[in-house]
Amino acid sequence: MFKCKTSPEVGGMGHSVKRKEDARFLHGKGNYVDDVKLPGMLTMVMVRSPYAYAKIKSINKEKALAIPGVLAVITGEDLAQYNLHWMPTLLSDSQMVLPTDTVMHQSQEVAAVIATDRYIAVDGAEAVEVDYEVMDPIVDPFTALNDDAPLLRPDKEGQKDNHIYHWERGDRAKTDEVIAKADVVVKERIYLPRIHVASIETCGCVAAYDKDTQKLTVYLTTQAPHAIRTVVALVAGHVGLSEEKIRVISPDIGGGFGGKVPVYPAYVVAIAASFLIGKPVKWIEDRSENLVNGFARDYHMDCELAATKEGKIQAFKVKTLADHGYTDSSANPSKYPTGMFSICTGSYDYEHAFAELDAVYTNKAPGGVAYRCSFRVTEAVHAIERMVDKLAAEIGKDPAELRMENFIKKEQFPYASPLGWSYDSGDYHATLEKAMDMVGYADYKKEQAEKRKEGKLMGIGICTFTEVVGAGPSKDFDILGIAMFDSAEIRVHPTGKALARFGTKSQGQGHETTYAQILAEELGIPYTDIEIDEGDTDTAPYGLGTYASRSTPTAGAAAAIAARKLRDKGKKIAAHLLEVSEEDIEWEVGKYFVKGAPEKSKTIQDVAFAAYTNIPPGMEPGFETTHYYDPPNLTFPNGAYICVVEVDEETGAIDVKRFVAIDDCGNIINPMIVEGQVHGGLTQGIAPAMYEGIEYDTEGNVLNGTLMDYLVPTAVESPHWETGHTITPSPHHPLGAKGVAESPTVGAPPAIANAIIDALAPLGIKHLDIPITPAKVWEAIQAHK
Amino acid sequence: MIPSGFTYHKATTLEAAFALSQELGDEAKYMSGGHSLLPMMKLRFATPEHIIDISKIAGLSYIKEDNGMLKIGALTTQAELEHSELCKEKYPIFGDATKLIADPSVRNVGTIGGNIAHGDAANDHPALMLAMNAIIIAEGPDGKREIPITEFFHGFYMTALEPSEILVEIQIPAAKTGSGGAYHKIERKVGDYATAGVAVYLELDDNGICTKAGVALTNLSAVPLKLTRAEEILVGNTITEALMDQVAEIASEDCEPESDLRGSEAYKRAVTKTITKQMLQRALERAQ
Amino acid sequence: MKHEITVKINGESVTAEVDSRLLLVHFIRENLDLTGTHIGCDTSNCGACTILLDGKSIKSCTYLAVRADGSEITTIEGVAADGTNHPLQQAFHDQHGLHCGFCTPGMIMRSMDLLKNNPNPTEEEIRWGISGNLCRCTGYNNIVKAVQQAADELQKESV
Repeated sequence: MFKCKTSPEVGGMGHSVKRKEDARFLHGKGNYVDDVKLPGMLTMVMVRSPYAYAKIKSINKEKALAIPGVLAVITGEDLAQYNLHWMPTLLSDSQMVLPTDTVMHQSQEVAAVIATDRYIAVDGAEAVEVDYEVMDPIVDPFTALNDDAPLLRPDKEGQKDNHIYHWERGDRAKTDEVIAKADVVVKERIYLPRIHVASIETCGCVAAYDKDTQKLTVYLTTQAPHAIRTVVALVAGHVGLSEEKIRVISPDIGGGFGGKVPVYPAYVVAIAASFLIGKPVKWIEDRSENLVNGFARDYHMDCELAATKEGKIQAFKVKTLADHGYTDSSANPSKYPTGMFSICTGSYDYEHAFAELDAVYTNKAPGGVAYRCSFRVTEAVHAIERMVDKLAAEIGKDPAELRMENFIKKEQFPYASPLGWSYDSGDYHATLEKAMDMVGYADYKKEQAEKRKEGKLMGIGICTFTEVVGAGPSKDFDILGIAMFDSAEIRVHPTGKALARFGTKSQGQGHETTYAQILAEELGIPYTDIEIDEGDTDTAPYGLGTYASRSTPTAGAAAAIAARKLRDKGKKIAAHLLEVSEEDIEWEVGKYFVKGAPEKSKTIQDVAFAAYTNIPPGMEPGFETTHYYDPPNLTFPNGAYICVVEVDEETGAIDVKRFVAIDDCGNIINPMIVEGQVHGGLTQGIAPAMYEGIEYDTEGNVLNGTLMDYLVPTAVESPHWETGHTITPSPHHPLGAKGVAESPTVGAPPAIANAIIDALAPLGIKHLDIPITPAKVWEAIQAHK
Repeated sequence: MIPSGFTYHKATTLEAAFALSQELGDEAKYMSGGHSLLPMMKLRFATPEHIIDISKIAGLSYIKEDNGMLKIGALTTQAELEHSELCKEKYPIFGDATKLIADPSVRNVGTIGGNIAHGDAANDHPALMLAMNAIIIAEGPDGKREIPITEFFHGFYMTALEPSEILVEIQIPAAKTGSGGAYHKIERKVGDYATAGVAVYLELDDNGICTKAGVALTNLSAVPLKLTRAEEILVGNTITEALMDQVAEIASEDCEPESDLRGSEAYKRAVTKTITKQMLQRALERAQ
Repeated sequence: MKHEITVKINGESVTAEVDSRLLLVHFIRENLDLTGTHIGCDTSNCGACTILLDGKSIKSCTYLAVRADGSEITTIEGVAADGTNHPLQQAFHDQHGLHCGFCTPGMIMRSMDLLKNNPNPTEEEIRWGISGNLCRCTGYNNIVKAVQQAADELQKESV
């Protein structure tokens, strides 16, 4: 286990210090976007389409403009005058800011009403009259490629059908050959439905353009303020918004989970409105607008897993149909249209795999954002972990034993996966063993056998996942061409206190504490003496932001390396102060001392003071530095989760009795925060496993667009989580850390699904798609009677 | 989401409320807790021009036994019912129901009168009232009248209340030796409207013969549903396991559910059967 | 139509003119600039807007401001003097019961009402007691622990 190098007062790595950011939140003094109030600020409310697919015949603004306090109604035609009615998506598709002729999904933005206050703006939006000619939408992605399907995107040059792209990785021929010859092949179509992150704070912005200084300041619910600044400059450069004149401020963020990565059309409209009117314009999304836009998942995966009759896995093949809505607005690195989906070979050692994916347009909202997971890892892990369980059931082997026999062994790391990843480290056997011990696996197996004799339904589900997080490296990973590095700038003041700034942005992860702990570890300055600042593009160094569990792997590493750069400079200053040569100076946390004479020493604070007051001849003054960290590889956190459930055969009711999560996220900066992240991710794992899913009818209407019907779990549905850790440090990360916040969201759904399906196995049920609700279980039971 | 414009009026007496209602006419709606009406107004499903706030009318919040009846003032909140010592001791069916209605903060404001007068078959109290044969006391400009609960629910969001009438009190035959009620609903998550809800009320004589029975359902029909066929076969009989199974079967046959996000019609019929049996057992235990 | 209302908010008496349809949460946030009370949904499901009205937790997004006339309101800004912590605030800090902080004020206001009515709740009672307040970050384990810690602390104080 990890041993702390610093005292609790210094609070370096491994200390569960309390969070520095808590006080303002506990006292109601957080500063979220809707709390921003600027002089003369106006409010914007969007008019949205009630139809999934319709021509706009006309938009009549008159009644809205007649309402006192309504200042403007902005339509696509208005934006077209400035060529701002379309914008590029992160994957180089195109998305309407406001439509000029056609709406492509229900609740698409159709017009914007600007008014003096929220109440008037809502009345104005209600009064805008839009005449639609309704058309038959494509709702089912499997029909999108039919010959008679209407062409949804005739605006795109060369687009002949509704196919967006084909992607594949691996050796198709060899994989097919192995599958054809295998003793056992299990197959399943697995669907991961549309879900929404539903952070408790919705999205919003305040755009404030100052006509005198020509400066645009945007307060924005964004996880990636720098990238947004560049995007705004690229999209609106032609109207005179130049990047140095754009300041994006990401204030306190009320949860992100991936939903606050994209640029939503309303942000652009608010910016345009402020630019044209010259006053600050606030837009705050309401919950229904939030839930029906910006989805995650929506992958239909046809999986095949081949093995010997003894259960040695030989090959995995998956063919996916992805429903992207009317545009591909997936928030993925440019070269990875399917994100990290090729991690789908899992934690097992076998040679052959092939994955392919076709993405199609439908008349649904665009999205393809994450839901608290690294790009498409949840889909990948669900596929392999369900299939491994299906294989275990097929050959009658204990799923834990099957996994143990197929795991990549710890001495095999770094491990080249069949689809091209280099897993950095792990001890999968130890992690699963620990989970089995903690839950009492053997006892539950006995109990299950007893219960089955009595006709009772009890299930034990396992998921042993491998995550892939921390993008870059920049040679492979970019967003719109911008390399996915991240940054840290450290300024140690003359009194030995420090300010550090980062290109990332916390949305609850506790950066103000954990980054200070990293610097405390590296410099020996107490974490309480270090202020952390993020989210303001005018002050923070450029970085790609916080999502896909990348903050610790990238910006955390940048902090460590920047601190080490300062330490090197400090060594020269210490040598000067102690009047010895640099080679004679040694470092231990917080102080430099003379080799062999530890009583001769200077603290980091002494050295910082000297950097401003007593500089060695020829040295640049000051004790500040910046580092941009481009990781050599991704990190591969992993874990073993075990879930125990009981199912009531009569009603389908599911009772989660236990859930044990053992995570290996490498070295841990703050155990308290890591445990908290795991708890939260687990609840966001049970959510899609048992409760959440965006439902559409055949007309393309969203059926559950409020929190009355989109079922975010409460404290009652959320089980009492049990957590633990194994630690295999990442060999290439300067702190040996890996990132953790998304592992539980990735690992929990298959563990829960496997447990429920295991419970139902005596009835002959072999698979159910999530969310597995009591109603769905009941229907399955009837179908198998 | 913001309601469309309306004019707010506060009535602190019933007389003032009636006068306002008569003056303002059809475009005025009474609001008590507001937890049914205001959400509909925010969604702009309801757009009344006038709101008459009756929540501050004195003397309409009480839970008491009087003259062989349990009397509940219409402005009694769900929380007051939930925590009432009298209910805990003698009418536990109210505890069963209220702890499943929305959440504690909503229950601090929402009232039993509003829950019933809204005329929504998805609300929980209508089933309790139907099972317990409540009498609704309505008061209007022309005075007070008693409405048997079986005549109260007229249709989807429609009740027997005249335009200016206010539901002021609910009366239920007081609990006695040998009586017991129980309520449960299946919900997708805590605080949800019912997928299926069942209220059962039983009275037994000294020999354990059922002398009175009430069975009613939540959210399994457009109008709150009382299962008379089930009640009839309970009365006059000893409540055996077999009889309970028979009643549960009737409940699953006589309910009128529709397939929706909460589940298929068949699923709802099946779980109705299960909870009907469970509630019969629980009511029977409480009656014994 | 405008109405003059007087409320006592966090101990201070305030008189204001409000429109009939103004929601209490907007009155608190926009008229009084007390932005610690948040808005997370429109359907009284999330509880981010929870405040105390005459000592009871309510969802201020589903309450008309005009109806609060004559009432006493406590928001998160009023639960402890500047620079100090109410035992619930301290417990949420100690137990890591908050991540992004957005649901936290509502959670704390709700928990105050819960502990007033049930000073020594079980884990299950706490979970049911905060079931009208959604948190998307913490998974609730540590919120439950925080409420337990505060319950212990408040009971010690009252001895």
